Amino acid sequence: MLAEVGYGTLVIAWLLSVYAVGAAAYGAWRTRPEWIESARRAVLLIWPILTFALVSIVGLLLTNQFQVEYVASVTSRAMPVYLKVTALWGGQAGSLLFWSWLMSTFTFVLMLRSWERDGEFLPWVIVVTMVTLAFFLGLNLFVENPFARLWAVGGMRQPIKAMFPPRGAVLYTPADGNGLNPLLRHPGMILHPPMLYAGFVAFVIPYAFAMASLITGRTDARWIHLTRRWALAAWLFLSLGLILGMRWSYDVLGWGGYWGWDPVEVSALLPWLTGTAFLHSVMIQEKEELLKHWNMVLIILTYDLVIFGTFLTRSGVLSSVHAFAQSAIGPLFFGFIGITFTLSLYLLLRRWNDLKSDLRIESLLSREALFTFNNMVFMGIVVVAFWGVIFPILSELVTGQKVTVGPPFYQKATGPLFALLLLLMGIAPLSAWGYASVRRLGRLLRWPAVLAALTVIVLMALGVTKGWPLVGAFLVALAAYVTLAEFFRGVRARMKRGEALPTAFFHLIARNRRRYGGYIVHLGVVLMAVGIIGTQFFASETQATIPLHGKIALGHYAMTYDALQQFRASDGRLVARAVVSVYKDSRKVGMVYPRRDFYVDSQQPMTIPGVRSSWLDDFYVILVDWQPISTEGATFKVFRQPLVGWIWIGALVFIVGTLIAAWPEPDPAAAAARQKAARRRRATAIS
Amino acid sequence: MSNRNKFFVGAFFIAAAVVYLIFSATKASAQYFLTVNELLARKGEFVGKNVRISGAVIGKTIQYDPQSLELRFTIAHVPGDNKVIEEQGGLAKVLHEAVTDPHRAHLEVVYHGPRPDMLKDEAQAIITGHLGEDGVFYADELLLKCPSHYEDAVPDQVEGGSG
Repeated sequence: MLAEVGYGTLVIAWLLSVYAVGAAAYGAWRTRPEWIESARRAVLLIWPILTFALVSIVGLLLTNQFQVEYVASVTSRAMPVYLKVTALWGGQAGSLLFWSWLMSTFTFVLMLRSWERDGEFLPWVIVVTMVTLAFFLGLNLFVENPFARLWAVGGMRQPIKAMFPPRGAVLYTPADGNGLNPLLRHPGMILHPPMLYAGFVAFVIPYAFAMASLITGRTDARWIHLTRRWALAAWLFLSLGLILGMRWSYDVLGWGGYWGWDPVEVSALLPWLTGTAFLHSVMIQEKEELLKHWNMVLIILTYDLVIFGTFLTRSGVLSSVHAFAQSAIGPLFFGFIGITFTLSLYLLLRRWNDLKSDLRIESLLSREALFTFNNMVFMGIVVVAFWGVIFPILSELVTGQKVTVGPPFYQKATGPLFALLLLLMGIAPLSAWGYASVRRLGRLLRWPAVLAALTVIVLMALGVTKGWPLVGAFLVALAAYVTLAEFFRGVRARMKRGEALPTAFFHLIARNRRRYGGYIVHLGVVLMAVGIIGTQFFASETQATIPLHGKIALGHYAMTYDALQQFRASDGRLVARAVVSVYKDSRKVGMVYPRRDFYVDSQQPMTIPGVRSSWLDDFYVILVDWQPISTEGATFKVFRQPLVGWIWIGALVFIVGTLIAAWPEPDPAAAAARQKAARRRRATAIS
Repeated sequence: MSNRNKFFVGAFFIAAAVVYLIFSATKASAQYFLTVNELLARKGEFVGKNVRISGAVIGKTIQYDPQSLELRFTIAHVPGDNKVIEEQGGLAKVLHEAVTDPHRAHLEVVYHGPRPDMLKDEAQAIITGHLGEDGVFYADELLLKCPSHYEDAVPDQVEGGSG
């Protein structure tokens, strides 16, 4: 019953989205506002309807309706309730529905805003977002239906998956479901996919406005002002999604790392990279009226990389790099990407001359020039990463032989580019808009550079001798000191005007949220870079089989194997857990419990590491194997991951910075009045 | 030189650096991706070279010595082309047939390290390493994929006969 209702709501939502596209386009073409209003109402209606579809599928998941194929494939009776809910995005059909629901939520919010000033954008924003939604809903309706049920047909051994009963079929209900992939049974999985998807979907909104601006010919920076916060929100969600994914990989996958340059990871990183470039380059358009074409190109790329990323992360292709287009939805996705990309470029070329700017970049060291270089480096990383993903296909087309590239390719090719980004991050905040001289920049850079050099010397004195980490340390230190100096200068200026230190600090940030929010994001990146350099260059590992009460040493660390505990957990998995004491310089610093879970329902073991974290490094223990009865002992693999904790701390700083930058400015009129008053006060003070 | 030109020189250097990085890194880390048949057919060419192969894990051949962390197993040839796999009834079916067919080409694999969780009968293994003179494949990295267990798995249950 719920399955039919859910499917029915999907059909209605799909028809409404198709109607909204037609009505909005017709209304704009014939200047018939009533049609546009009708389209807007259709969009408003889609959200409650899709919410109903979403509730239906969650209801089916929660109540073990295994006759629904999707429910049987991702849940089982033993799973706790929260996992049954997260099973919504545990498979392809459910995640596509979730994607569509997010899209409808965002467009619902968008339709409720006041459109008085920007009415000409409205029909085209509806067209772009609803075409996207219709595509995803169409996938759910015609290819990956989450409500399809299982039917037993006489004479056939296997049940048929179909929405409506085939002739002579009876509903088939398996006794239990398969259960969610154990890898996804982790609290990190509650948040990671929704964050990633919210980021993906939110980037559709700036793209829709960009296209509306190209279609209507209103090619000023208005579309950027209108969507700045959407772009920042998208970027924040995508960043959170990526970071949570890294953390999940570190906590659950038990290989000692957090980023493996898997094609799925790369495909989520690609829109983040173009999105980051976009956030930087729109500032130049807002300030200097430059790079208008470029911003269009970036948002088009981001949109199509979002679609590409959704496809790759959700098409069932795993680590196998050559397994593109394995599912039925592959050609549809590539078709959709091809069509939207071509159409967007056509619209851009049509308006090419309107977007031309009389202004030029005046100086090679000006803020806008450095931002442009920053954009090029970001695009360089995009090209490298995209090359890594498509190289196997290209090589097969050209030579007939599959040739792949692995993580070393990405590390070698992106490492220097990331270093260049750090350098630009260190210099750009000091350069001025418009014109910058070498002398002025040199003067500002002098002290941070000296301090960064001192930092490197201290590190060398502490025994760091490798070349690349020292270069990295210099760049990280330079960017950190420059950013801190910006805060210092701002606070000092305010204190001279009589503000106390905490007030000055608070006001500095609150009155220039975009600027100082951005700097806080930079500091977050600096901290993450510290962690990445530490783990990339200084990680160590060892493995050994030891008897009970035996010991493994690794650098300053040592561990002893104290006991083995075996039991059955409440959700039916069998747990074998080692009790391990961790020693640093012969002093006991903690206990960890690396374990191996065995999921009986899916016959799948999972290795969960035990980690002892500190500011300086993580000691990471994996239980590889054990002898349950004899005293033979157990095999452990241990890693020391220097500075890895700074990645997570940096990520938190990064998020706080983004929130500050995205926080709504007070009413512009009030802000202008306040500034005026302040100027008057200052003028009085001087006179 | 005008500022505009200087700017383009800067842009050119970044573009050149990206192209150089891509080519040098590709050259240094490109690996042939082969099926078992392809590897065995061109043995002479690939012995000692770093390559990546794929095959179906034969469950009963898995031997693991936790003392030395030595893992040995045999893989059977599966086609490398996705189209062919789809035509033959999907990955799960192709893997099943590969493991049960005694006439398939087999390859013995040796790996040192923890035993991967997903290593089991009829898993698809994607293995990075090199073929030794002795005809054994020495693996540096194992990636495993079990298509039969998630998403596709409902038919399995029916065969189990719960009705």
